[in-house]
Order: sequence, then structure tokens, then C-alpha cells
Amino acid sequence: MRRTLAEKILQQFCEEEIQGPGQIIQAGVSGVLANDITAPLAIKSFEAMGAESVFDPNRIFLVCDHFTPNKDIASAEQVKTVRQFARKMGITHYYEGGDCGVEHALLPEAGLIGPGDIIVGADSHTCTYGGIGSFATGLGSTDIAAAMVLGRTWFKVPETIRIDLEGSLQEHCGGKDVILWLISRLGVDGALYKALEFSGPGLDRLSVEARLTVANMAIEAGAKVGLFPCDQMTLNYLQAAGRTGDRELWPDPEAAYPERISIDLDRLPPQVACPHLPENVRPAEELREIPLDQVVIGSCTNGRISDLRAAAAILKGRKAAQGLRLIVLPATPRVYAQALHEGLLETFMQAGAIIGPPTCGPCLGGHMGILASGERCLATTNRNFKGRMGSLESEVYLSGPSVAAASAVTGRITDPNKL
Amino acid sequence: MFFQGKAHKLGAHIDTDAIIPAKYLVSTEKEVLGRSCMAGIQEDWVQRISPGDIIVADKNFGCGSSREHAPLAILGAGIPVVIAHSFARIFYRNGFNMGLVLLEIGDDVHQIDQDDHLKIDALKGLITDQSKDLTLSTAPLPEFMRDILSKGGLVNYVRERLAA
Repeated sequence: MRRTLAEKILQQFCEEEIQGPGQIIQAGVSGVLANDITAPLAIKSFEAMGAESVFDPNRIFLVCDHFTPNKDIASAEQVKTVRQFARKMGITHYYEGGDCGVEHALLPEAGLIGPGDIIVGADSHTCTYGGIGSFATGLGSTDIAAAMVLGRTWFKVPETIRIDLEGSLQEHCGGKDVILWLISRLGVDGALYKALEFSGPGLDRLSVEARLTVANMAIEAGAKVGLFPCDQMTLNYLQAAGRTGDRELWPDPEAAYPERISIDLDRLPPQVACPHLPENVRPAEELREIPLDQVVIGSCTNGRISDLRAAAAILKGRKAAQGLRLIVLPATPRVYAQALHEGLLETFMQAGAIIGPPTCGPCLGGHMGILASGERCLATTNRNFKGRMGSLESEVYLSGPSVAAASAVTGRITDPNKL
Repeated sequence: MFFQGKAHKLGAHIDTDAIIPAKYLVSTEKEVLGRSCMAGIQEDWVQRISPGDIIVADKNFGCGSSREHAPLAILGAGIPVVIAHSFARIFYRNGFNMGLVLLEIGDDVHQIDQDDHLKIDALKGLITDQSKDLTLSTAPLPEFMRDILSKGGLVNYVRERLAA
């Protein structure tokens, strides 16, 4: 066979024979996800469909992470709707409060996602799970309602762009630098309707958390999925998350790729995306004159323990610049506890950081760090669209945690190698 | 499915935060969301719209988040059709599921100007620019999608399956 990773996974869930890109198929799903913003709409559609039960209450994940802890009455009402639905349907994986974290950090960490799964989520960053070999993609609320009822959805089999990783990441670089570089190369619609598939000799040197960061932003190039193979490193990660029975998963050696891009990790410096699109990427060093009002470290992109370790390594013994607000949001309670245990939170506090609860919060301009007009933020989040974090006259730059931490120290965008 | 209205031109990569900023995502009501349609471009953008007007945008319309509030806000503002060079994938499915007519016409989009009067036959995929005496056509929808459309959208499609 000559199947790409996307085709191989889809075939496992689809009765008809997959011929190749462009084919419309009906496929079963392993799991269905929604959050406190998108679930209320899905529930409305679910009810309009006349449905009385979900296809499997153990395979639906409802994570109230966007506007929580509830920022106002309207968001509290939305969470109440989701909570009541979860109870009525007997949904096991409902998260709110102390066991809740940012969905795309929480679910893989809890061992709920595995290689070869098909996961659909009413959240565009559902593609994160491609980092552990899951065909995972965002859909809207009504598509999600249909998947909750039927346990199935439809897909157009995507064309695949193969990304070959060469070499090893340099000091202070991580998954974010890889994906920002790639988005700048492809453009924000360069992978529209397509799958990105990562492999190559550099794969071994990209940690699973870095892969999750890379896959997370596949959508920022328009991609349907950003898929990594499941190798021994992934299996170790999954085992630590409490899973058993997973196996390696690779594309067929003879798989055909209409387009290939290779990335030389040895020559990749720390990257920053400038306003107002994730494709406006430049090396951090070229932006060293840009002053900042706020730095945010967190989100489904870069709020995991390896991200906090990278930030703390730079902030240790240093202070955030006078007048700059440094906000750290560990992505899940487990990440929070681990950071506490390792003394990272103390390092952040001594650097003058505000440490917030696990939440999407400021990433989408929800709460916990909204920008006024004329303010500028560097964030480890995933989107820098106009007005994304607050005022239409504010600006968001995107980077990995090392650049964010170094920039918090100087108050200007800073390549950590130059600190 | 026939429509006619005035063209409102928008640029490339109009993201869902532009269509409906996150601060308005505390409602699921089409009419409420419609009042803030395109508030991420300009707070009072919707004031320039008359019911039946048509958005004509460049590449990658609807990129960004999966929020279904985006097509709902457009419909709530009284806009039944969006014509674009191309659409972001999730937005395309959402628009379709919500009953917002989406026509992808590539470079032909540049032939339509602001305020042109457009007449649309959605099922045939035909766009007539009456200000220019110009007719443009789109590629036909895949059969499965026509099937959903003929049942009046995804909610009805699933409702029918459950009743069967």
C-alpha cells in the first residue's frame, strides 16, 4: 500500500476503500469534544435534531476552559447549560473547576487521546492531537452535535504536504519556532483543506510536547490536520499518561506526496509572528526594538510543563521589566502542580509574574489579561489577529516560551541567546 | 434559492475574530450576534448593511476559530450569501450547516466591485453582476453536500436519520 498517515487512519474508520485525495467519506469517530463557548450551540442543535442520547457517553469530552473561572453572568449561564447537558446525558468526561484545564493540554495528558484515533472537536485547535498521531480536527458546533448523536461524520480525504525535519533544534528553540517558520513558508492558507505530515531524521529530537505545539498551529496554515507518526517516544509519553495497548503508527514507505518541504532545525533561530497574521514571521533578533506592555505564557500551544521549564530557566534570578505585566497560566492542574513541585512557580513569582489558573483566558480576549488601545503583548498563544486579545488598536506578537521569558526581562522583544 | 443584493467587498483572510470578536460569544442567538457582525473590523460595521446584501471577499474567508457564531452573525446581520476567492475549511462546513450560502469563485471575485448589484442562483452556482452585465459560475457541490442542502441543512438531515 502507498497510504499517507491521514489516509491510513481514515481507512480504519471507514467501510469504503479510500482511493485518494478528494474522496468524500463517512467515518466513525473515537471521540467528540466541545468547550464552554461551542458546546451551548452544539446542545441547541442537538435538541433541534430531536436527539435524546449521545452515541457513547464515555467518548464525549466537554471541557469548560475558555471563559472559566466564569468571567461574567452570561458565561456562567453557558457553563450551566453544558453542566446540565453533561449530567442528563451521563457524560463521564465533563471538566469544570479544579480538574479542568485547557482542553488540548488536558485530554492528551489524561490519556484520553491515542494514536490512530479520529477526534473531532468544536474548537479549531483540536488538531493538536496530531502530535500523538491522532487524526484530529476542528468542526463547528452543529457538525459536532451530529457527531455526538451519530458517532460519525463526513470528511473529504485530504491531500498531504510532507514536512521533513532535518537536524536538531538549537538552544532556546522549540516546537513553536518550527511551526511559526512553517506557517511563514506556507502562508495562512497554504495548507487549506490539506493534511500536514511530519517526519524525517529530526523527528527523534522533537519531544512529544514540542510535537503537540507544532500540530496545534497546523490550522494557522489552514490545514485540516498536522500529523506526526507514533514512534517509541510517543509510546513512552502515552504510557506515562496511563494508556496501554498503543502501537507505533507510520505512513506507508511508498506514500505519495504532491508537495514536500524540509526544515533545517540546525539553522532555525527563535521566531516571532508579528501583527496581525501568524504568517508575518521574523527572527526574534530582528525585532529587538519593539517595546512590550505585557507577556503571556500559557495556552493550548505553549502552556505545558516543558514550556514553563523553558521560561523558568530564563527567568531564574531575573525580574520582569519595570511596568511590564508578565502573566503565566499553567495549562492544566497537573502542569500547575508539577511547576509548584519543581519550584518554577516560585521563580515566576520572584520575577514579578502574575500566576493565573488554567484557562484559555487572554488568548482569545476572554479575560485575565485584556489589552487596552495602543498596548502591545508578546504571547506564547496561537493567534495574533487584529483585536484578538482586546482592543482593536492593540497588538499581539507570538513566540515560544524562551523568547517570551527573555522579552519579559528586557521589556522588548528579545532573542534569549542575546540576553 | 435565488438572492439579490448589493456587494460589500472585504479583503483576504477575514478571520472569525473579525467576523464576531470573542467578547460577543456569550450568546447563541443569531439576532444578538448579528448586531456585532464584523465588529472585529469596525465596531459599527453592521450599520452599513441592508438586509439581503452580499459579502464579496478575497482568499481564506473565515479563517481562525471553529466558532459557528461566525456564520450565525452574518446571517443575523441579514446577509444570506458570501462569495469569496476561497473559504477556510471549518467556516465552509459551518456556513453550509447553518444555511448560509457560500460561493467559491477564485480570481473571478476581483471582477465584482463594491456596491455592484448581484443576482444569485445558489443551486446552479450562478452569479450575475447586473451592474456590469457579467455572469460568473462556481464549481458544483459534491453530491453528499447537495443531499444535506436538499434536506434543509444538517440539523434536518440528522433529524430525518433519527426518525427513520
